[in-house]
Amino acid sequence: MHLFLFIFAVLNAMQKRLILNAELLSITVDRLCQQLIENHSNFANAVILGLQPRGVHFSDLLVAHLRQLISKDIPYGYLDATFYRDDFRRRDKLATANATKIDFIIEDKEVILVDDVLFTGRTVRAALDAMMAYGRPSKVELMVLINRKYTRDLPISPDYIGKDVNTIETQKVLVDIGAGKKNKVWLINEEA
Amino acid sequence: MPLSQQHLLGIKNITAEDIQLIFTTADNFKEVINRPIKKVPSLRDITIANVFFENSTRTRLSFELAEKRLSADVINFSAASSSVKKGETLLDTVNNILAMKVDMVVMRHASPGAPHFLARHIRANIVNAGDGTHEHPTQALLDTFSIREKLGGVAGKKVAIIGDIMHSRVAISNIFALQKLGAEVMVCGPITLLPKYIGALGVKVELDVQKALAWCDVANVLRIQLERQQIKYFPSLREYALYYGINRERLNRLDKEITIMHPGPINRGVELNSDVADSEHAIILDQVENGVAIRMAILYLLANAAA
Repeated sequence: MHLFLFIFAVLNAMQKRLILNAELLSITVDRLCQQLIENHSNFANAVILGLQPRGVHFSDLLVAHLRQLISKDIPYGYLDATFYRDDFRRRDKLATANATKIDFIIEDKEVILVDDVLFTGRTVRAALDAMMAYGRPSKVELMVLINRKYTRDLPISPDYIGKDVNTIETQKVLVDIGAGKKNKVWLINEEA
Repeated sequence: MPLSQQHLLGIKNITAEDIQLIFTTADNFKEVINRPIKKVPSLRDITIANVFFENSTRTRLSFELAEKRLSADVINFSAASSSVKKGETLLDTVNNILAMKVDMVVMRHASPGAPHFLARHIRANIVNAGDGTHEHPTQALLDTFSIREKLGGVAGKKVAIIGDIMHSRVAISNIFALQKLGAEVMVCGPITLLPKYIGALGVKVELDVQKALAWCDVANVLRIQLERQQIKYFPSLREYALYYGINRERLNRLDKEITIMHPGPINRGVELNSDVADSEHAIILDQVENGVAIRMAILYLLANAAA
């Protein structure tokens, strides 16, 4: 009986592996904030855009911590890239749009795009296009919580990385963070 | 959840969920058309033909603008300057257009059911931009979207549709859309301009315009469609204006404020007086703005449901 339970636990662990727990996550967020402060010192010209829909849970967390650290309000908004995606009509599922909330000017600003997982890079490509509809930033940087290595379809690489993860295409990264969530990040094996 | 239909032929054959999906998508597009750059690349590999066998200004401009803001390629066709005058059939005309690799057809036609006929015979998404006195689904969607925006919702609201119900495709589509979204509907007009069995649609019928105004939260005032009236349905426009025209004095007699809508074009001084049409109660120009967002949403969602 115990052997069965043990095998079950091992199989389960193979299907779903924890890559960030709540404590590691808060350390990571803190480290990313420090890196941002290093590069942008007083954030005089910087703005932060969280990518809809899932990146905003992470960016909410990040911006809240950053505002605490520098005790200053930073322009922060949400960007939705649905209408700029390159897979419209090329996949079965309908991409439903989310709200874009940018109530400041991004012309000549240093924009920090924030997403939870960087996979093929296509969402970031679409987000760059979507962002340009609001103006011409002087510089754009990319921050991701999880960087999936060796899976890029496009020449896109992040400037700030929470954690590098080696993955294969069939695996999924589950980011369970935000209000009422467990603040954990999992790697899931689909085929198992 | 995608749309349940590949075409938008009428409100009658779409579901309440479809309408809600169109509304939430239109919310996003309304934000897009208020950006500095009002254009998104979603439909850049799609060609849309606007085929208008009947005159139109607003609807056609609105569709064309919606298509261009979605980056679609657009071709325009109007019957007045085409081979239709030489005796070509509807199917031949449209098949010829489709042979040029068109993905979607937006059509207005004087015959009820023309877009339904087309949908059965050709492989393209069809959008009905008005078929005779039958349906005008995009107008109904933008009207209900405007009510939702102004009053915060459609369910439970009382809407009176006033005027020439008999010849109005806007009225039929609005009745279907409002009922699917849970609103109460009343039609009001001279008895000669009310279809005999309109009550069978589950709407209230009222002949006294003042009572209709007192009952409703929203009055959707329709144009007298003289071009569709082969016989006289009322003695004169002056008499119509006297008994059914909405003016400031009628609104002042109410103990509440109501919202005034009109699908355009307005016959000022007939069904609607300028002192009402230009007042803060009227959302006529909001309707026009919402029309572009609603049409963008419809085209975007239909493009995803390839024919």
